[in-house]
Amino acid sequence: MTSHSVFSDLEPLLTQVQKPIQYVGGELNSTVKEWESADVRWALMYPDAYEVGLPNQGLMILYEVLNERTDTLAERTYAVWPDLAELMRKEQVPQFTVDGHRPVKDFDVLGVSFATELGYTNLLEALDLAQIPIDAAERTSEHPIVLAGGHAAFNPEPIANFIDAAALGDGEQVVGDVTDVVKAWKAAGGSDRGALLRRLAQIPGVYVPSLYDVEYGPDGAIASVTPRHSDVPDRVPKRTTMNLDDWPYPKQPLVPLAESVHERMSVEIFRGCTRGCRFCQAGMITRPVRERSITGIGEMVERGLNATGFEEVGLLSLSSADHSEIADITKGLADRYEDSKTSLSLPSTRVDAFNIDLANELSRNGRRSGLTFAPEGGSERIRKVINKMVSKEDLIRTVTTAYANGWRQVKLYFMCGLPTETDEDVLEIAEMAKEVITAGRAASGRNDIRCTVSIGGFVPKAHTPFQWASQASAQTIDERLAKLKAAITSDRNLGRSIGFRYHDGKPSEVEGLLSRGDRRVGAVIRAVWEAGGKFDGWSEHFSHERWVDAAASALAPYGVDLAWYTTRERGEDEILPWDHLDSGLDKQWLWDDWLDAIDETEVDDCRWIPCYDCGVCPGMGTDIQIGPTGKTLLPLTVVNNGGDQA
Amino acid sequence: MSGKPRKRKQRTPDGPPPPPVVQRLWIRYTKVGRLRFMSHRDYTRVFERAVRRARLPVAFSAGFTPHPKISWVGAAPTGVASEAEYLEIGLSAVIEPDEVRRRLDEALPADLDILEVAEARAKSLADRVDASQWQFTFGGLAADQVRPAVAALLATGTFTVERITQSGRKQVDVGAALASADVVDGPASCAIMTAIVRQSIPVVRPDDVYAALRDVAGLVPPQLPVALRLAQGSLDDSGRLLDPIAVDSTVITPSPAS
Ligand code: SF4
Repeated sequence: MTSHSVFSDLEPLLTQVQKPIQYVGGELNSTVKEWESADVRWALMYPDAYEVGLPNQGLMILYEVLNERTDTLAERTYAVWPDLAELMRKEQVPQFTVDGHRPVKDFDVLGVSFATELGYTNLLEALDLAQIPIDAAERTSEHPIVLAGGHAAFNPEPIANFIDAAALGDGEQVVGDVTDVVKAWKAAGGSDRGALLRRLAQIPGVYVPSLYDVEYGPDGAIASVTPRHSDVPDRVPKRTTMNLDDWPYPKQPLVPLAESVHERMSVEIFRGCTRGCRFCQAGMITRPVRERSITGIGEMVERGLNATGFEEVGLLSLSSADHSEIADITKGLADRYEDSKTSLSLPSTRVDAFNIDLANELSRNGRRSGLTFAPEGGSERIRKVINKMVSKEDLIRTVTTAYANGWRQVKLYFMCGLPTETDEDVLEIAEMAKEVITAGRAASGRNDIRCTVSIGGFVPKAHTPFQWASQASAQTIDERLAKLKAAITSDRNLGRSIGFRYHDGKPSEVEGLLSRGDRRVGAVIRAVWEAGGKFDGWSEHFSHERWVDAAASALAPYGVDLAWYTTRERGEDEILPWDHLDSGLDKQWLWDDWLDAIDETEVDDCRWIPCYDCGVCPGMGTDIQIGPTGKTLLPLTVVNNGGDQA
Repeated sequence: MSGKPRKRKQRTPDGPPPPPVVQRLWIRYTKVGRLRFMSHRDYTRVFERAVRRARLPVAFSAGFTPHPKISWVGAAPTGVASEAEYLEIGLSAVIEPDEVRRRLDEALPADLDILEVAEARAKSLADRVDASQWQFTFGGLAADQVRPAVAALLATGTFTVERITQSGRKQVDVGAALASADVVDGPASCAIMTAIVRQSIPVVRPDDVYAALRDVAGLVPPQLPVALRLAQGSLDDSGRLLDPIAVDSTVITPSPAS
């Protein structure tokens, strides 16, 4: 099958929409291959607007890995804004890729990366615009395989009817396996879609929902999940990329043409996290910790800066200050780029003085505007429940040190609605913020220091110890936040230095439905999209009412409702919709950790204490990979000389 | 840390002030093809990154957030193509203008070409730009269909259209800004209008020209016209456009035929 660019049809529409540049492609380091040169063609989608999707590291990595294969091409597509979508429908212009402007329906695979469940309605919108049947069951061998990835793919059941497959875990290698299978299938004629799905289901890490039967019991819970064929695995294991130094992607990061959420060159300094924060799905499903070496990081930064011209380098990971050689990395990079107006950033969340040393190093010659910490829980008791081990004294000391070092603004992140939480736990945030200001004013000698409290509703996630927990209702959260706000503003002198940012509980409720939903929730997503729902991650597009109405009508036939999925606590024996998807975590270990949480018992990080048998390493045949390597970053003596590291 | 308030002290960047500008260059560049959909804001970011990739010793302002010394002259609106955009850049070391042109052009994506780089010849480049030459292509129309409307607009002397912007309604005087215009038949059944438009406040955009032609003589093209800026410069007394960065008085366009 050949494919033609739709750009000439699109062009007249672009003069009528907002920010047309996001649809034209041609970014530095983007790739357009000849259509005929490839055996297998991937359209990679980030189901949100260009400004959010373009900087996404995961998609950028897969785009490069796939395009490096001579038999494969990969192009990108993003969610189009409603103004263009309306014109595209009117003029019959299908969903297109921004690289070759080819119709998405012409590709073999449509890979969609879900960082959050709030992108599900955008999937439906894109499929519809692409003229691909929304129900996977209605697709033929003429249509692409719709493959979901990203963290949300660890429970893809709510979108099970709309996708053909989901890829669990790290994507670098599984995309190659999928490509091989599709290539072989096409070479053999490419006519039997069912056979292709059966073959895909045999790739480790690939889950094909249509090959499993789900039955429900009289209580509404799942009674069984059964593979429909003997060659379909009972449980699908996640994939894990080991030795990050062998995978220095993206080598040529894309440089956005339009303004995007991250205007910087990002380097993932390690993957995984074993701190064991019980609310954190990312930390649980990406175990074990695998570090990129200090020299590997240095090479990626140098190559990436040369390839992009970015002014800022971001050192990414779930908890960057935990890299075993982070001090040498930050010092080495700060020395290297001191003269070139390149700034370094480290998303800092750890609450300790060490983090401030790092931040000072990174802002050596720059403005010390704001520092961010994430205590997550307001009281010491609730921090024990969530396993975020930091005492109030530590926190005050850390923040005071920051002000004393010239930092003017400190942002503190919290969650509301955590398991076992009471009003008192949340109200302690107000006390903490006031103490921070009092101590900060004393330490800095200034009255204009600020502390911003940022707080959002907690959403229990699959594959975490809180997967059994009752989610607090939107009403509970909104009431607690109102009380907290009143407590902060009650003291006018201190209150004027404290900012308060919160997200109301309504989007969290929908996120909760989607993250722990089963296949029946698909009908809700569909009803919401049919009622005009899309871009649910954007407050100006999100409608809580639309979701509540759709849930009421679409779930009624099954005898369950929104509360059944969100505020209901699950029992130990309940079959959870994602139990057949294997993140490596032992279900018994998760249950014990849940009991420990209720008991306010903490667990340490397995990087510094012996393995506590969460199950991941033996289950997946993986190991912790950390330094120190003992190497350092030498100054770059000659510009462009990448081979001078120790 | 003692609890006693200490004296206020503002942190300032350590070290010597940034090196001064030793060379000012005037640059003519294009924004055409697909990348004409870029907004000016987007272009400035893309250009600053290209300067870094080209490793040009651009001079910076002082302070915690140093800005590269680049100043822009009347950029074409989003979606409108131009073969004549201008900027001035200050360098902290002297480099051959042609070398700058080559390095920058290489660092920028196709459709964003660097056409000319010249040493600054005066204090301000903006002072040497007060008019543009535009080409408007009206697909599906013959020159004879467009000409009467253009003649009518030229005859008005002043003719105002309303533009709705984010900040409200604006009155734009297209009649006063239009210095001269000429319409010929183009290839493949289209009419091509070449016009010299003065830089006014608010500036006249191609959309305003179309609106004026519609309002003054009922010209409603069957498809959206396409605009291209061909040149910018200063308009002399005889209606000629002078090149802003070439040696003085180089004429880009001859006197308009009457
Ligand atoms: S199996 Fe042990 S070492 Fe591996 S991540 Fe789990 S607790 Fe840590």
